Amino acid sequence: MTDIAAGVQRRESRIVRTLKGLALIRESVVGMIGLALVLFWVAMAAFANQIAPFPPNATLYPLAAPGEFVEGMGTFWLGTDHIGRDILSRIIHGSRQVLLYAPLATLCAYLVGIPMGLAAGYRRGATDGVLSFISNVILSFPVLVLYIIIIATIGASGANIVVAVTFASAPGIFRIVRGLVLDLRNREYVFAAETRGETPWRIMLVEILPNARGPLIVDACLRLGYVIITIGVLGFLGLGLPPPDPDWGGMINETRQMAMSFPHMTVFPGIAISSLVLGFNLLADGLREVSLRD
Amino acid sequence: MLIFMVRRFGTMVLTMVVVSLLLFLLLEINIGSVAIKVLGPYSSEEQRNIWLEANGYFEPFYIRYFSWLGNFITGDFGDSIRFKVPVGEILWPRLANTGILGLATMLVVIPLSLVLGVLAGMKEGSNLDRGISVGSIVTTSIPEFASAPLLSAIFVFYLDWLPGTSSMASGFSLVQLVLPAMVLVLYDFGYVTRMTRASMAEVMMTHYIRTAVLKGLPYKTVITRHALRNALIAPFTVIMLQINWLLSGVIVVEFFFAYKGFGALLLEASLTKDIFMIEACAMVAVFVAVATQTIADVGYTYLNPRIRFA
Amino acid sequence: MNTKADYDGPILECRNLSISYFTRAGEIPAVVDFNLTLEQGGSVGLVGESGCGKSTVAMAIMQYMGSNGGIVGGQVIYKGRDLATCSEEELRQLRGNEISMVYQEPMASLNPSITLGKQLMEVPLCHENISEKEAYGRAVQILADVNLPDPERVMASYPHQISGGQQQRVVIAMALLSNPSLLLLDEPTTALDVTVEAGIVELIGDIAKKFNTSMVYISHNLGLILATCDRVNVMYSGVVVENGSVDEVFDHMRHPYTKGLFSCIPLPGTDKMAHPLVPIRGQLPLPHERPPGCYFGPRCDFFQEGRCDKAGERGTIDMRDVDDRPGHVVRCERWNEIDWENYRPEGVTSYPLQAGEEVLSIDNMRKYYELNDNSIAAMISGKRVRYVKANERISFNAHEGETIAIVGESGCGKSTFAKVLMGLETATDGDVVFNGKDVSELPVQQRSPEQVGSMQMVFQNPFDTLNPSHAVGSQLARVIKKFGVESDKHKIEQRVMELLDLVKLPRDFARRRPRQLSGGQKQRVGIARAFAGNPAMVVADEPVSALDVSVQAAITGLLMDIQHTYRTTLLFISHDLSLVRYLADRVVVMYLGQIMEQGTTDEVFAPPYHPYTEALLSAVPIADTSIKKKRIILEGNLPSVMSPPKGCPFNTRCPRKIGSICETEVPPFVEAGPGHVIMCHIPMEELKSVEPVIVQVDKDRPAAE
Ligand SMILES: Nc1ncnc2c1ncn2[C@@H]1O[C@H](COP(=O)(O)OP(=O)(O)OP(=O)(O)O)[C@@H](O)[C@H]1O
Ligand code: SF4
Ligand code: SF4
Ligand SMILES: [Mg+2]
Repeated sequence: MTDIAAGVQRRESRIVRTLKGLALIRESVVGMIGLALVLFWVAMAAFANQIAPFPPNATLYPLAAPGEFVEGMGTFWLGTDHIGRDILSRIIHGSRQVLLYAPLATLCAYLVGIPMGLAAGYRRGATDGVLSFISNVILSFPVLVLYIIIIATIGASGANIVVAVTFASAPGIFRIVRGLVLDLRNREYVFAAETRGETPWRIMLVEILPNARGPLIVDACLRLGYVIITIGVLGFLGLGLPPPDPDWGGMINETRQMAMSFPHMTVFPGIAISSLVLGFNLLADGLREVSLRD
Repeated sequence: MLIFMVRRFGTMVLTMVVVSLLLFLLLEINIGSVAIKVLGPYSSEEQRNIWLEANGYFEPFYIRYFSWLGNFITGDFGDSIRFKVPVGEILWPRLANTGILGLATMLVVIPLSLVLGVLAGMKEGSNLDRGISVGSIVTTSIPEFASAPLLSAIFVFYLDWLPGTSSMASGFSLVQLVLPAMVLVLYDFGYVTRMTRASMAEVMMTHYIRTAVLKGLPYKTVITRHALRNALIAPFTVIMLQINWLLSGVIVVEFFFAYKGFGALLLEASLTKDIFMIEACAMVAVFVAVATQTIADVGYTYLNPRIRFA
Repeated sequence: MNTKADYDGPILECRNLSISYFTRAGEIPAVVDFNLTLEQGGSVGLVGESGCGKSTVAMAIMQYMGSNGGIVGGQVIYKGRDLATCSEEELRQLRGNEISMVYQEPMASLNPSITLGKQLMEVPLCHENISEKEAYGRAVQILADVNLPDPERVMASYPHQISGGQQQRVVIAMALLSNPSLLLLDEPTTALDVTVEAGIVELIGDIAKKFNTSMVYISHNLGLILATCDRVNVMYSGVVVENGSVDEVFDHMRHPYTKGLFSCIPLPGTDKMAHPLVPIRGQLPLPHERPPGCYFGPRCDFFQEGRCDKAGERGTIDMRDVDDRPGHVVRCERWNEIDWENYRPEGVTSYPLQAGEEVLSIDNMRKYYELNDNSIAAMISGKRVRYVKANERISFNAHEGETIAIVGESGCGKSTFAKVLMGLETATDGDVVFNGKDVSELPVQQRSPEQVGSMQMVFQNPFDTLNPSHAVGSQLARVIKKFGVESDKHKIEQRVMELLDLVKLPRDFARRRPRQLSGGQKQRVGIARAFAGNPAMVVADEPVSALDVSVQAAITGLLMDIQHTYRTTLLFISHDLSLVRYLADRVVVMYLGQIMEQGTTDEVFAPPYHPYTEALLSAVPIADTSIKKKRIILEGNLPSVMSPPKGCPFNTRCPRKIGSICETEVPPFVEAGPGHVIMCHIPMEELKSVEPVIVQVDKDRPAAE
């Protein structure tokens, strides 16, 4: 076998291994339900154009009740809103926004939080002091208020939401990573790496980080759920993505005045977002359960 | 103890300074737009400049910051741009309202989630445990802005039991408090329940519980005397931190139910760039955060003899 | 409670007991066909390696199997009553009252947030109808009975406020409070230091006499069984392989596993050449991977196809009576065929010392830690900086090819010393000259790759020593590259293979993950890693103490072979004096960060002793009926390194303390011979006249062959 082939094989096996680890989720009923919910919404987002019965922003027939059939248009399974847009189609298209920005924002938050946590947990001392103080300052402030102020100031757009989420979630990730590292840094294989004179960053990234992946994956699922809620809240407060593109929180905001008389306008988007968040929460729970087993 | 408190107080002051400075900086972006918010979108450029000039907005940033800081220390929080009255006049009543809402929520959340959590954690893996765990995951997955319309639809639209808004326009009314508190409880109890469950389940696995059982103590004694004491240390901290968390939910709920509280005020202030109001609200928030954190730490130390008598 | 008195059959019987755990992977038969009879006042030992099912048996006797365990066959009979037929309430009456238990980890078994007094008083309050006051009196009395000083203070303390040894005494006191008929002790001393262990073992012996309690004593240490029991069950992989009186089993063992176990544990008394260590090959089978027939088959030198792999009706080989020895049973098909006289297995080779030139020289090294206590309690009390004198006045040197053992109990500064050597910490004062260069203030980052590669370390915990995220081969390759031994990819791979050969592991292990290796195999990889850079010196920090007994000898042997081949200097850190006797050329005895005594192995193991060395030697449990030991039980606790005693560090526990000079003046280093140094005020003449601690007594029969 050539070296390259050996290298490739090794790399493949690592990916396969992680996937195999994750595939253990099938042993948890709860986790499987969560996964199904998440995959359901991913499919909705991917094939929104094919699945949605109507264009999301077209004004068709105002105030249709759920299941109402309108001659010449078809059935509005979930009804229409006050200006006549089909709620089902808007929900389906709305999943695209959420499933684009929530993972993106979470990823960015991890990219910031992980190196900070690694550095603080591994080096401790002054590095830890400064980084911990910064994150405590941010965390001592209610996150939502932070979002509102940031978004109200820099304006609502996809990119700004990503920035706001990164800023507000990175400290939480920092704390988790730091805690994990404080534990892992006392393992003998870390001492072994130190006694052979490895550089600190190599120790953090190669020796420590891979062993923290289990709890971090679980945390990422929970955090995704929370970010989805946050994006929804921003939409609900009128700080979400600019209309008319559908956004679940925004849909509730636009119709909340009518919530009492036409509950379907607010209840269905609410169910949509809850089910997606539930999916991630159940997935996290399932992953934690299987990871604790062995 | 004194040293500890002094240190904590120092941290709080430092955090407040940093936060207020950051907020000032953040609001500095696009500062001119404040005039638009105040004078309306149809005001002329000239009018806006006059207003900005008159209110000192052309002074350098640091001068404005320090003059605010000086005033703040002496107890003068400045005037609200939007309400055109001193900040305090608006802030304190609003804060009291939110306090009532928060208290009502916590009064339900704490006993409910402790009981459920302990029941679930007592026998890990039992049907009761599964039910409570899944139930609490489901409720924490429903954000307040989704449950608020849903609960309103049920209790206001279909059942007509409760009022749909909670503005308390004609004085304080307990019925108006029910829906907002219910929404908050629904979202918040799950988290505390799960933390309690985890803590209880962990304690039940320890060797000292095994010792207690094998001493021949009745099961009830094992739970009440040996398990609870240790299992409730962690939830205590969680509950304290939860108070800080509650604020996010409060904003949504107050907004939805038009409840005149601190959250709604903060939201309005942010949207209108009411800078002194924002600063004052932020300082309150930081104070609450650090205070609950301190109580959590002191309580943890007190509850845990291992630390108390180290 | 009259049942306690008027029954005179056997206290406890287990009949064909089989216990399983039910996991997702299926049923795990943890214990198969277990039989035991315990007469009143008797004491029976269960001995075996980790995972052989000892604790499972104890829990089954208690009828407390957790959520996934269950008794799948057989009976536990206590005073004639089948415990399986007892109701939960009846069991509750028995537990803590008639049957009580002492656990392995005293700290974990005591509730951290309830005072010890309350935890003790609970027992009589719940089982007997007495007042709080009486209960208090009883608790104080029993604490005095287990030799705890100042019982009243102990009663008011929380568990973390007393030492590990005291905690275990409290647990024992708790178990004795209701004067039980049966006491189960599950490794009661494993978590303790050897001098503390000696005290607990003595206490257990006294209790058996004083209270006439029957005991089941569980241990992995044959020496402790000898000290405490009159009968013994040797367990292997879920079955009892041999059962008999202690003398029978220790002197006339029949089962190849028992034999192997005795040959692979080091005995400090004998000459190392006369009783070579013989490793048992292979490793323990997992419960669901046991071979058909005899579970020991794959590791047994007498395995015979067609007989040993045929199971009896219980799933394994049946028990046989040893004909002429009543009460001695053995689970081996060939027990009476084996010719032990002419059985000469290959032992671990001991090499005579051929020291070369000086490699390491340490002169008056000190290491103080400055502790910033950030806990809230410390902040509240305002005491935030403390000094820990982890190493004080350390001086010795080491030569090429030499093995130096550093011996001492927990907290004596062994690991700190290793860290200073490796450059993970820098010395506070003094010189550490390695290969001619002072490295005492050179952290590892500032050492040259060559310096780093020539001093490497083998770690203690096999489960921690390899990074679980990387394949074995790539971890070794990294070391080779890092030390600049090779840089070409092919050559690195070649070298990885050589290293695996060196530690006698199959080459395809390079692809494996640490998770797929057993503890011993991981430790072999750890050794390969240490030797990757052709080191001049290897520091081994308790390299075998976390391994199964039957694997320890093999790893020790391997380490010595490699060291001999490369003429490496080996610094062997250990708490196990027996092992040290086998492999060290010189011994350094440490206590509370200071060297008490150093000299060649023979010098240290014979008078003149430092009083601490003497106590240490006397505390080592020895699994040999032909050895007599002087009994020296140390009083008091190991002082904390945070506040070490003034004068001689050992003065708080020293049985030979000569007066106030020990408390005020630091003793001098006195030469007992060239290179044999003792730090004590006692005049050398007096020390020289001390009797040896360990003596071989001539029994009428030869000692264990
Ligand atoms: N709760 C459990 N679930 C599944 N398997 C278990 C459980 N407890 C123990 N086992 C398995 O049963 C076997 C016997 O375990 P046990 O704890 O009785 O061994 P032991 O002899 O006491 O070991 P040690 O010396 O390590 O204390 C082991 O293989 C262990 O892995
Ligand atoms: S039965 Fe056979 S394999 Fe088992 S111990 Fe005896 S001789 Fe060895
Ligand atoms: S100096 Fe005194 S206390 Fe120390 S070992 Fe010698 S006799 Fe004992
Ligand atoms: Mg055990």
